[in-house]
Amino acid sequence: MMASLKQLAAQEEKFAGGHRGCAGCGASIIARQVLMAAENPVVVGAATGCLEVFSTIYPYSAWEVPYVHNAFENVAATMAGVESAYKALKKKGKIKKDLRFIAFGGDGGTYDIGLQALSGMIERRHRVLYVCYNNEAYMNTGIQRSSATPRGAHTTTSPAGKVIPGKLQLRKNLTEIIIAHEPAYAAQATFGYWNDLVTKVRKALAVEGPSFINIYAPCRLGWAYAPEKTVKVSKMAVETCIWPLYEYQDGQYRITVKPKEKKPITEFINSQGRFEHLFKWKDDVPIREYQEEIDFIWNRLLKRTESQ
Amino acid sequence: MIVARTGNEAMAEAMRQINPDVVAAYPITPATEVVQLFSKFVHDGDVDTEFVPAESEHSAISACVGASAAGARVMTSTASQGLALMHEILFIAAGLRVPIVICLVNRSLSSPINIHCDHSDTLASRDSGWLQIYTENAQEAYDTTIQLVKVAEQALLPGIVSTDAFIISHGMERVELVDDNEVPKFLGERKLNYSLLDVDNPVTLGALDLQDFFFEHKRSEIDAMDHVLPIIERVQKEYGDKFGRYYSTVDEYKMDDAEVVIIAMGSTGGTAKVAVERLREKGKKVGLVRARVYRPFPKDAMLKAVTKAKVIGIMDRADTLSTLGGHLYNDVRSILYDTATRPLLKNYIYGLGGRDISIEEIEAIYDELFNIKKSGKVDKNIVYYGVRGE
Repeated sequence: MMASLKQLAAQEEKFAGGHRGCAGCGASIIARQVLMAAENPVVVGAATGCLEVFSTIYPYSAWEVPYVHNAFENVAATMAGVESAYKALKKKGKIKKDLRFIAFGGDGGTYDIGLQALSGMIERRHRVLYVCYNNEAYMNTGIQRSSATPRGAHTTTSPAGKVIPGKLQLRKNLTEIIIAHEPAYAAQATFGYWNDLVTKVRKALAVEGPSFINIYAPCRLGWAYAPEKTVKVSKMAVETCIWPLYEYQDGQYRITVKPKEKKPITEFINSQGRFEHLFKWKDDVPIREYQEEIDFIWNRLLKRTESQ
Repeated sequence: MIVARTGNEAMAEAMRQINPDVVAAYPITPATEVVQLFSKFVHDGDVDTEFVPAESEHSAISACVGASAAGARVMTSTASQGLALMHEILFIAAGLRVPIVICLVNRSLSSPINIHCDHSDTLASRDSGWLQIYTENAQEAYDTTIQLVKVAEQALLPGIVSTDAFIISHGMERVELVDDNEVPKFLGERKLNYSLLDVDNPVTLGALDLQDFFFEHKRSEIDAMDHVLPIIERVQKEYGDKFGRYYSTVDEYKMDDAEVVIIAMGSTGGTAKVAVERLREKGKKVGLVRARVYRPFPKDAMLKAVTKAKVIGIMDRADTLSTLGGHLYNDVRSILYDTATRPLLKNYIYGLGGRDISIEEIEAIYDELFNIKKSGKVDKNIVYYGVRGE
């Protein structure tokens, strides 16, 4: 399953350059890496969001594979329909090839407005890989909070104010919500660990059932860092355990990349403008609470993998 | 084969015979039965459809869009709030030009919550770019369901075929079914210009369309609506030639010399036909026009039908809440504007939330219209008929 750079580089591009993503856009790297990993022909769907907007401004399209965009909250349902059509037409001999189906949604389209459709898609066991490119806010509409936005982060609807220091609530743990559905495969990934990401996509596309990968997608605009730092920020999220890389299959949890030394979250958040105000705040409560949340989730994950 | 079927059973039978590739649906009163019966067909192996029991109407119609874009023959069923929840995606389906057929049962929209018949649900979706056909009875619902699949696929437009809640959906009637093997033959295979499953010829569907192209694409969708009536007429004729039951976009009853006319939709057409018969026995020159195809509006056929009418009562089973009366009234009033001799018009909003309309009440409406003919003036253009306090 492990991919080699040589092998990946030899592949035809399925997500073309020249699209209108920002310099340093994490979501576009994810689209490219995910499609590179796919060994079968794929059909792609995207929820309304950054990826959809910057990749398909008519008459241009970055997609070298069949692509459909329906609306914001329904990419899971739309792709469930595409997959059902495939099953029906394959049964009747009208389709010969062995195809795979991938849905892309941002955290807005996945954690929030599209959660119901995603839950339904997994419960009905459609063989679709759902990829959430998670940049932790509604970036397409100009950086508003989502349920994936972390504690303390500044967004335009959870601004760093004089009395309220950014978002007060913790992140929703969507990956665990999906795991509770017992999908055929679920994982967290990020492109800084490209080999891990590619391997996970291949596993997800190989299982006969619904699969889900929550891919951490640093956003230079919304997180406010220099564009050339995107991959570094992605890696730092893993080193601080802000974004643990793990997978779930057949009832087993497995941490796929364990940091040699778990770094404090300040090493991640001090690189980004969205957390800048926390370092000037009157107390350390927001940073401490975020650190405690990260420790709690990481330790629980360790226990789950140790007990297996 | 002649059988006894409710409207819901008749539409489900049509769906069984159509044997769509994909049905994605969510149950809702009073259309639940359609989904239940179809589920049984799937589980008994009577169809080889991929059935997607969606977790909401929004997801049901979203899955239909995906499946149709992938080249499948696709159907669903809903009513009222279910159609309202689909509302956003109705426009997308029409804009993406994906054929889908909804077997719909007309039920009031909340609030107040109610499960009975009026046309507020589909009329709230009339501008979504879907074809809309309102049927009078179970037989017509059955026949139209089959016809609409063919029309939708030829026109690349989605469509709704509807029955009146409980009056038709749950009323047992004599229905003549076409032989099972004749329906697929009548429909033929769905022809595709492109498909999401054709990986060798990838297409991008649903691209972001800005100021430089949106208008042209929207114009082409309007153009499709402009050209669909001949397709509907052709399919109605083909169906009639093959199975013996002929339909027209505008259903005329005793209209040849009619001076006083009612225009109505849905099951009220059947009730009004009896009223017309009774009055004709008394020598009164009355007639009925039933707006069967409502979207697009068959303007020419409607004008032709009412050309000799002196007074027209337009019966709307919904209100626009605009102070301008009902939807049908506004449409008819609009097309008559350019005619040389405009007939006198009166709008009767009736039957909201399933309030019954009787033959006698319709006879009384005809009487009132005769009084208008005599006096030559309409005192009140819009009335709410059969409601307390009017």
